[in-house]
Amino acid sequence: MKKTLLAVVAAIALSAGTAAAKNIIVVSHGQANDPFWSVVKNGVDLVAKHTGATVSYRAPETFDMVAMAALIDAAVNQAPAGLVVSIPDGDALGPAIRRAVKAGIPVISMNSGGDVAQSLGVRLHVGQSEFDAGRIAGQRLASMGGTTALCVNHEVGNVSLDKRCEGFAKGFGKVTVLPTSNDPADVRARVRAALDSNPAIDTILTLGAATAGEPAIAAVQDAGRGGKVKVATFDMSAGFLKAVSEGKAAFAIDQQQFLQGYLPVVFLALHAEYGLIPGGDVPSGPNLVDKSTAAKVVDLSARGIR
Amino acid sequence: MAATSDSADERLQKLSLLARIMKRPELGSVAGLVLVTIFFIVTADPAMFSLAGVINFMTPAAQLGILALGAALLMIGGEFDLSVGSMVAFAGLVFGVTLVVFGLPLILAIPLTFAMAALCGVLNAQIVLRTALPSFIVTLAFLFILRGLTLVGLKWATGGSTQLRGIKQVIEGDWLLPLFSGRAFSGTFQWLADQGWIETFPNGAPRAAGIPVEILWFLALTAIATWVLLRTPWGNWIFAVGGDRNAALNSGVPVRKVKTALFVLTACCAALVAIITVLEAGSTDARRGFQKEFEAIIAAVIGGALLTGGYGSAIGAFFGSIIFGMVMIGLTYTQIDQDWYQVFLGSMLLIAVVFNNAIRKRVTGER
Repeated sequence: MKKTLLAVVAAIALSAGTAAAKNIIVVSHGQANDPFWSVVKNGVDLVAKHTGATVSYRAPETFDMVAMAALIDAAVNQAPAGLVVSIPDGDALGPAIRRAVKAGIPVISMNSGGDVAQSLGVRLHVGQSEFDAGRIAGQRLASMGGTTALCVNHEVGNVSLDKRCEGFAKGFGKVTVLPTSNDPADVRARVRAALDSNPAIDTILTLGAATAGEPAIAAVQDAGRGGKVKVATFDMSAGFLKAVSEGKAAFAIDQQQFLQGYLPVVFLALHAEYGLIPGGDVPSGPNLVDKSTAAKVVDLSARGIR
Repeated sequence: MAATSDSADERLQKLSLLARIMKRPELGSVAGLVLVTIFFIVTADPAMFSLAGVINFMTPAAQLGILALGAALLMIGGEFDLSVGSMVAFAGLVFGVTLVVFGLPLILAIPLTFAMAALCGVLNAQIVLRTALPSFIVTLAFLFILRGLTLVGLKWATGGSTQLRGIKQVIEGDWLLPLFSGRAFSGTFQWLADQGWIETFPNGAPRAAGIPVEILWFLALTAIATWVLLRTPWGNWIFAVGGDRNAALNSGVPVRKVKTALFVLTACCAALVAIITVLEAGSTDARRGFQKEFEAIIAAVIGGALLTGGYGSAIGAFFGSIIFGMVMIGLTYTQIDQDWYQVFLGSMLLIAVVFNNAIRKRVTGER
């Protein structure tokens, strides 16, 4: 009993004052077990190695805005050299982010909340502008010869997804939004019905690869229009990339979430050292993955880089 | 034979004050708290124990603690309520809808939310009492039902989104707001900062802007719950109902009333947490309170409540929630990788519970 007590006292005495030098904290809403977010975390881990900064990645275990605000406050209390946040709910996280800015900590946002970032005092946003990504995809599909398109929205009311279709319409031209549920079987059935009822459709854009992209490819085959209808999607899945490399789909849009983990930290590290910071938002995507690059991307996707 | 009238009654066991303190169910949770605190003193950034840091982990501890108090009282009464997490989300939905969709002031919205929660509590109680099914199963069903109703309700209220926003704009200037939201004693803290007694930001504002309202609610409710449990007939009835339902019934304890009241209490605790967090965040979504029912039960168990009922304490749940809050937030103050969070959380809880159990067995003389 006495020995344990002595050991504890010694440990407490030795541990006093263990503050790290260049400390950057990343607080995101992406859970550790989510494959999308583990790519972001890999970006964070790599940049920590490259810059030599001490970087911590923190996230609540479920989509919990209240807990996330508490995590941001905890980060502020440690007086880091910089703070990276994602902002899925500007109202809930606003006060905590403003406190960070008031404390004099440079804050960079990533992945979500690009539209509210400036108003909260955030320096810049690294992410994919959904509208612009849709627009670029639309322009590419139009240049491939598309004239009439469907935009399959599997979660109407999700502002990011709505913006993707709006941008697509801007860049492409004649677009009809097809609302579905996020059940792949439902997507397949509805896309098939839409194709059957309108033979003029030659392009389909979906907003999620596994949820809607792969069922859309299957629906095109069901309707016997394989080769005549081009299918593209936002985000990537192994199945969809395989279809792209086989020529069954046109391309997938990679928002390169690895950069959303990597870039903000390197900006903050340079800012801490030399006061450098980019003058505006940095789009991490879109990067259109087509037949020429699909094979390499599948490989990197297995390693958690893309 | 004349016995000396002022000699002590040899039938009564005399215990020293220390021995009496050691036998209380809360002791294990206090020991667990000391253990967790030492762990973080050794591994975490010292900022965790600054004033702002303590308020930082006490806030989620208080939010969980209000739920844990209800859960502890219900567990002492011999029942479980697995629907509290979903109740938080559902109450948040009801509250948000009354404010944003119907435009009611807080003086109407808050009682309506509590009434809705009480109704759900009565429903739970009625089903458990009439069917004699384990409350575990009945409330588990409501966990799903309420979570589903929350999703459906949110999509109806917002026209398709799973987030209901705009609450801050609607309640600005409402006189009831300071009671359920924000930080109390902010004037005192500003004065302390001006005197240089607490840390400040570069612009002179104190790092700890005040005591968040939920911490005050948590302290008040713990005091009330402890008083009810230990000093009123209701407290005796709760212990009796949880210890042996039939014996309690035969002794004249109104078992049905007690259990119904306890279910209503847990539902209202969930509603209170919902109101406070919705006002703080200015929004509500479909995932609020997710898995909080398990956390509340764990906090109550760490605090000494037995899963079988009839034994436990509100102060124990108080310390159990603080342990939980420290473990939840404390990881961010260390350099431990986030991927280890769940392993870390589970291990700390296991250690706290085992420690609590060992101490309890030792002092109550159990074999």
